[in-house]
Amino acid sequence: MNRTFAIAIGGAAGQGVATPGDIFAKIFSRRGLHLNAYNAYQSIIRGGHTLLTVRTGPARVTNMGDRIDLLIPLNQDTADRHLQLLTEGAACIYNADAITPGTAADGVQLCPLPVSQLVDITRNKVAQNTLAMGAGLHMMGIGFSSLEEVLREQFKKKGDAVVAENVGVARAGYDYAAAHFRPFPNPLPKTNERYAILSGNMALAMGGAAAGVKFYCAYPMSPSTGVLHWMASHARKAGIMVRQVEDEIGVINMAIGAAQAGVRSMCATSGGGFALMSEGLGMSAMIETPVVVIDCQRAGPSTGVPTKTEQGDLWQMLGAAFGDYPRVIAAPLDIGDCFKLIPEMFNLVDRFQCPGLVLCDLLLSEGRLSVHPSELDFAPQVDRGELITGKNGLSSSATTNGGYKRYKFVESGISPRAVPGVPGHMHTVATDEHMEDGVLISDEFTNPVKRRAMMEKRMRKVSGIEAAVQPPELVGPPCADVTLVGWGSTRGVIEESCEILNEQGISANQLQIRWLVPLHGETILKILKNARHTIIVENNFTGQFARYLRSETSFVPEGHIRKYDGEPFMPHHIVEAVKEQLAGKTHLSVPMHEIMV
Amino acid sequence: MATGVQRAGQLTVADLKGKVDPDWCPGCGDFGVLAAIQKALVELQIPNHDVVIISGIGCSSNLPGFINTYGMHTLHGRALAVATGLKLANHQLTVLVTGGDGDGFGIGGNHFIHTMRRNVDLLYIVMDNQIYGLTTGQTSPTSRLGMKTKSMPFGNIEAPINPISLALAAGSTFVARGFSGDQKHLTDLIKKGIRHKGFSFLDVFSPCVTYNHDNTYQWFRPRLKKLEDDSSFDPGDWTSAIEKSVIWGDEIPIGKFFERSDIPPLHEAEPVLNEGPLVNRDLRIPSDIARSFVEELM
Repeated sequence: MNRTFAIAIGGAAGQGVATPGDIFAKIFSRRGLHLNAYNAYQSIIRGGHTLLTVRTGPARVTNMGDRIDLLIPLNQDTADRHLQLLTEGAACIYNADAITPGTAADGVQLCPLPVSQLVDITRNKVAQNTLAMGAGLHMMGIGFSSLEEVLREQFKKKGDAVVAENVGVARAGYDYAAAHFRPFPNPLPKTNERYAILSGNMALAMGGAAAGVKFYCAYPMSPSTGVLHWMASHARKAGIMVRQVEDEIGVINMAIGAAQAGVRSMCATSGGGFALMSEGLGMSAMIETPVVVIDCQRAGPSTGVPTKTEQGDLWQMLGAAFGDYPRVIAAPLDIGDCFKLIPEMFNLVDRFQCPGLVLCDLLLSEGRLSVHPSELDFAPQVDRGELITGKNGLSSSATTNGGYKRYKFVESGISPRAVPGVPGHMHTVATDEHMEDGVLISDEFTNPVKRRAMMEKRMRKVSGIEAAVQPPELVGPPCADVTLVGWGSTRGVIEESCEILNEQGISANQLQIRWLVPLHGETILKILKNARHTIIVENNFTGQFARYLRSETSFVPEGHIRKYDGEPFMPHHIVEAVKEQLAGKTHLSVPMHEIMV
Repeated sequence: MATGVQRAGQLTVADLKGKVDPDWCPGCGDFGVLAAIQKALVELQIPNHDVVIISGIGCSSNLPGFINTYGMHTLHGRALAVATGLKLANHQLTVLVTGGDGDGFGIGGNHFIHTMRRNVDLLYIVMDNQIYGLTTGQTSPTSRLGMKTKSMPFGNIEAPINPISLALAAGSTFVARGFSGDQKHLTDLIKKGIRHKGFSFLDVFSPCVTYNHDNTYQWFRPRLKKLEDDSSFDPGDWTSAIEKSVIWGDEIPIGKFFERSDIPPLHEAEPVLNEGPLVNRDLRIPSDIARSFVEELM
């Protein structure tokens, strides 16, 4: 079992929770440790309550875990909310001038810092944070130099005096802990690896850059805005045109316009913005111009809970835009996969000339993960499909079209696509139904035979897409007491739950779905027919995936584990739910989130 | 907007004939707009494969299907957003957007305003018939007060939009009005709009002979006064343009209201495009830059 260590830092928004979190993350990654960070926050710029959890360890850390080893409350509210979550062996470092802790469980070390005695708090408003970092670091058994190094980088721009002051405050905390607090029994190890730390939003954006995206546009919407921020700040280096648009209707249409000109084009939003894009997706499918749209799901419906996670947009995506059309839908499995998926998705949509939809969620978008730099491949395989451009098209100055037909009937359903500017290939793409040459059959020349032929041409692409996409695989013992099925971002927490169950004598395996459309229903059915007890785990109320799987395969699982409180699953939620279901107590478990954030 | 490079092989009106003939009602004003666009492209000799005509939905939005250039017949109200993306991805193309008053000022009103303030280098021609035609005769954003339609059978009680004033206020760098009954004048305005570097707005009175019995050719003809005939009028002066834009009644001005050339079009304002159109770029970003992106995270 992976030995991990988790720090939780909490306070009001604006109190500086993020900075110590970033600093700890840097220190851990530079020690060659993996980490996973999750920030529980609210839609408020100042005030409220924010709790950042950073979990680290020498092996891959796939989720926030069950346990807090070190709690650093920056205000009384945080201590009141979370001190009781600490169990034996954990510690709480707090400002003794400002916080009166309640009673902690047996074996929990309370570590009061006499902040006003240690530093001049009138000069340094976040002194308590820096002191606590120094103290915590000592207790974890990490040398002071690693913190000093990061602080120097952090405050370099503000001048030597600020650097010296912060290093001094951190040192005071470090030394105070050495004299007064008991270190954690197992010091954090060191490895020779070095990892990149990134959020899912950064990974999606960088994956886009790696895929060759040249046009990105968006309207700000939590939790997808991080994609826009990365794109905007790196646009000029990466040669990407990035635009902020008046609304998401404009976004999808602008993205499709750019794609029509021949570039790879992408946009990201959340559920509400995705709803506005729906008509545009139909256009992408009808004119057969590929575009990639990312939906970073948040808790809905409507404005919902903008800063909380959910997997509630699956049916919106399955049903987005009216009419039948080929589409691809995938849900990245972790933050590294957010990067990897985008070039794969572009190859598919370029080949099959249809919209590609990425179903991410706040947990991945705003969480942070250590990823080995080799996994961030900026030279992925590129397949642009049957694209006729100025480079490979006719070089003549022909003013007529010859035989080119944009929507030529071919067995694969994929008609070669010429982009504007190529001589001899003039055509009009239309959202109205059309014939092979693009001429409308929606108005004057309606014709059921031609309509049927064109529908069948487009829909023939579906079987091609299915063959091009990897079916899901069962992970773990082939024959197990319980098979847990999840999709997208729950991979990590289900994986750890399986490990815990296996350790406890309940054999468990996992089937995680990445490609939602095409679904590979037959493969899934084959796997699940052999399973003894199947439970579907998802972050929504109605079991959207369970319903989808049933509609595609008629498969009905033995049970469900669902959560729709806005917070992600923790491993013990799943472990306990599996146990109660295997004991026959229920077939639907809705774990309670114990951390009040 | 910028003109394409002239090439060998004269472009003729015959070259621009579409795969099918227009299916507009006989007498529809849109025939005149189509003919004027074809004449303007021939007079400017822009190769037809370098021209993209983008439309929304409605009678007039069927226009790209009736002309032999590249075309996009997109969604209702969305043509300007699509055109912005296309122009930014390949700014060497000559982009025209065509549509109606409902498409542009009603469902597409938001994109209309923002495309103007962005100064996207394209010519936007609105075939303004002051009615919804393809949906068989409902009130449009430019229908006059009191006008009786199927959706407002007792008369319109909502004041119409003034597209010229709106365009001037939103920062359009070229604002003009034409009449589909005056081919020569309209062709000239289209040429000026294509040549203008930046957003060109051209509102064209294009009578609907089937559903609008108020604003007919006969109604317009005696009222239209060309701004060019007023020697005291300076289209470089925004305030004078605003004053002219609110004139409506016995006299209605047509012609060029306003033009300024001191604001760079959007594609010139963004340094990302300095190295040429995006569509010609290598998909892969240089490895040293890619490496720097990863190193930021370590």
